[in-house]
Amino acid sequence: MRHNLALQVGDVGFRVGSAWRAPIAALRALYAGYPEPAIAEFTVRLEPERPLRRWVRPSIAIAGDYTLPEAAPLALAHGLLAAEMGMNLQMALGHRRHLLLHAAALERDGKALLLSGVSGAGKSTLAALLGERGWRFMGDEFALIDLTDGRAHAFPRAVSLKNESVAVMAREAKPDRFGPELRNTPKGTIRHLRPRGDAIARMREPAPPALLLFPRFGETEAVRLLGSAEVFVRLTQASTNYVALGEPGFAALSRLVRGVPARAIDYSDTKSAIALVERLWRELAA
Amino acid sequence: MSARLLVTALVDPGSTIALSSAQWTALIAIARAEQLIGSLAYRLDGLALPEPVENIMAAARASAEQQRLRALWEAEMARRALAPLAVPVVLLKGTAFVAAGLDAGVGRSIGDLDILVPRARIDEAEAALLGAGWERIKADAYDDAYYRRWMHELPPLIHVERDRMIDVHHTILPPTARPKPDAARMIAERIELGNGLAILSPADIVIHAAAHLFADGDLAGGLRNLWDIDRLCREFGERDEGSYLRLVEEAYAAKLGPHVLRALRLTHHLYATPVPAYHQAFRLAVELTPSDRLFLHRLLARDAWGRPIRSVTRFGFYVRSHALRMPPHLLARHLAIKWWKSRRSA
Amino acid sequence: MPSIAATPTYRADPPGSLRMVALEDGLVLLFHRPSATTHVVASPVPELLAALDEGPADATTLLGRLAARHDLDDPDAAALAERLEELAAAGLVARL
Repeated sequence: MRHNLALQVGDVGFRVGSAWRAPIAALRALYAGYPEPAIAEFTVRLEPERPLRRWVRPSIAIAGDYTLPEAAPLALAHGLLAAEMGMNLQMALGHRRHLLLHAAALERDGKALLLSGVSGAGKSTLAALLGERGWRFMGDEFALIDLTDGRAHAFPRAVSLKNESVAVMAREAKPDRFGPELRNTPKGTIRHLRPRGDAIARMREPAPPALLLFPRFGETEAVRLLGSAEVFVRLTQASTNYVALGEPGFAALSRLVRGVPARAIDYSDTKSAIALVERLWRELAA
Repeated sequence: MSARLLVTALVDPGSTIALSSAQWTALIAIARAEQLIGSLAYRLDGLALPEPVENIMAAARASAEQQRLRALWEAEMARRALAPLAVPVVLLKGTAFVAAGLDAGVGRSIGDLDILVPRARIDEAEAALLGAGWERIKADAYDDAYYRRWMHELPPLIHVERDRMIDVHHTILPPTARPKPDAARMIAERIELGNGLAILSPADIVIHAAAHLFADGDLAGGLRNLWDIDRLCREFGERDEGSYLRLVEEAYAAKLGPHVLRALRLTHHLYATPVPAYHQAFRLAVELTPSDRLFLHRLLARDAWGRPIRSVTRFGFYVRSHALRMPPHLLARHLAIKWWKSRRSA
Repeated sequence: MPSIAATPTYRADPPGSLRMVALEDGLVLLFHRPSATTHVVASPVPELLAALDEGPADATTLLGRLAARHDLDDPDAAALAERLEELAAAGLVARL
C-alpha cells in the first residue's frame, strides 16, 4: 500500500496502510516520536469500499488482520478515526499476549491505577486529566495485564476526546498536542490528544496494579466497596479476550481480583473526581 | 510477492532465518489471512526467532491450543446430546483431526463443529440438539428451504450460551453436485474413537478435504486445505504403504478421482508431499497440468499486506464453484433470487 | 411390564478438571478445564462436585454422601435433583 506507517504502542507493533495520503499524514503527526517497529504484529488497512470509491465520494473501509464485516465505512475526512478504530479492532479481536481490559491505566510511584468502565462514562477524560496532574498516562482504552506476573503494561495511544471533553482538555494541554478536529463523526465531534513526553518515553515500563476503580459520572459523590465476585464478573464483561484466553485468563483475572483493592466511585464533576482518586490512592494503594 | 513466502516457511522453517523484517511482517499478515498462523507457529517452534516474532508465534500456539480444547468440548457436548439416539456421530474437518490426535490438527484453527450422521436419522439428530440447548439461526424461508432441499447439511444450529455453531451433515457434498460420494459407505467404514465419537477412514478424510477444496467456494482457504491434505497424506502414508492406492481407488468410486489427483499434484508441488507417481493401474503423474497452474495462481494470490489479489481469477473460481454444486438452470434461478434479495435490502 | 423410571445418575469430570479460587465473601470462582468455562458459585456447588469425586451417583445417593460429610439442616432430594440438572446444563456434570 502506497501510504503507510509503522507505529509501536507499548509492546504492540502496528503497521497502517492506506489508499489515501491524508490519514497517514495525520497519524504520523499525532504519533510523532513514537518508535517505528521493524516487524509489525498487526496490520490495519484503510481501503476503498469499492474500487471507484477511492476517488469518487471517497469512503474508507477498515480492513486488516481482523475485521468486522458489517462495519460501516467512514468518510475520508475521518481517516484518522478510521486508523484508530482499525488499531482498536486488531487489539480487541486479535491480541492474546495479555489479558485485555477496557480500562484506563495510570502509574505513580511504580504502581498502577486502573479505571474500568464503558466508553463514554468519562474514564478517558479522567485519565487524560490525571495524566496532566502528576500521573504517568499508560492508556485510556486498553489496560494490558501480564499473564504471568499480573503487571499492567502501558498502551498509550492518543486519547479520543468527544464533544465537551475537548474543551476541558484544551484548558490543560498545549494546542500542539491535539489532532485535527473531526466533525460529524458517528460519535459527534472528536479530537485526539497526544500523551505527554514521559508517557511516550516510558511506554515499555509495566507497573503492578495497586487500585481498581469503577468510576461513574453524573451522580452525587460516593464510594462503594465491591465484593470480589462482583469485581470479577464486571471485569470479564470489560475484557474482549478473557474467554478466548482460557485458563491463563482465569489465573490472571483471579490474581488481579484477589490482590487489588476495588471501589466503585460516583462523581459529579472532574475536580472532585480527581480529589476522590487521590484520597483513595493514599488510603488503599500507597 | 505472493503467498509463496508462507508456503516456503511451512515447508522449510529453517529458511526463515534469512527473512528481512519486511518479509516477516508480510509473512505474518499472509499467514493470518490464510488461517495458517497456528500451523506456522508450530513449524517454527524451537527456532531462534526475532523477539517480536517469537512473541507472536507463542501467542498463536496458545490460541491454537485453546481452539483445540474448545473444539473437543463442543464434540463432547454434541456426543452427550446425541448419545440417547445410538446413532453414529462422525466428526469432520478440524475437530476430527484434534479428536484423533492427527498431525493435521497441530496448530489448526477450528471454528464450528461439523458432524456427519445417517440421512435417515438427521431429523432426530436435529431434534435432540434443539432439546439440548442449540437453536436454529433465524434465516428467511428461502434460505432455509434451500438448505434442506439442496444442501448436504441442515441449516446451522447455534448453541447460544457457548456461542458455537454446529453443522450436521448427511453426506459430504450437496446432493445437487455431480460427484456422488456414498455417505452410507463412509459412515459404515468410520473409525471409532472409543468414546462414542468417530472419524472417517483415512482415505475418506482426504477425499472430503479434496472435495471441499474444489467444490465448496472459490478456493478461499485453499492453502490451508492443502496443508491439511499434506499432513494427512504424510501421516497415513507412513502408517500404511498402500494408503495412496486405496485413496485413489475410493476417490474414483466417489467420482472425485480428478479432484483428489489434482489435490495431490498441488500439494506435492507446494508442500513437497511425498506422493508416489503411478503409471500402471491408473495414471498419477505428479507434474502440474496447465489448469493446475491456474489453480496455483489463485491459491497463492495474496500480497504482502495480506490482501487477496488477482480478482479476475477469483471471480472465475466463484462462478465455477457454484456451477459444480448446482446444475445450470438451478444456478441461474438461485443467483437471480439472491440478486433480487440484495437489491431489495440495499 | 412398565418399569419404574430410575432417577438420573450424574458423573463429575476426573480429578484435576476444576480449578477453584475462594473469595472472601464465600463465593468461589470455578474454572472448568474441559470446557474452558468460568463459573461463580456458592455453597453447595463445590461440596456437590466434591461428593461426586467418589463416583457417579443419583440425587438420593449424593444426598447420603453429603449428609455423611456435612451437617445438612434441610436434606431435600428434590431440590438436590434440580441443582444437579442445573449443573448438567452448565456442563459441570454429565448425566449418564
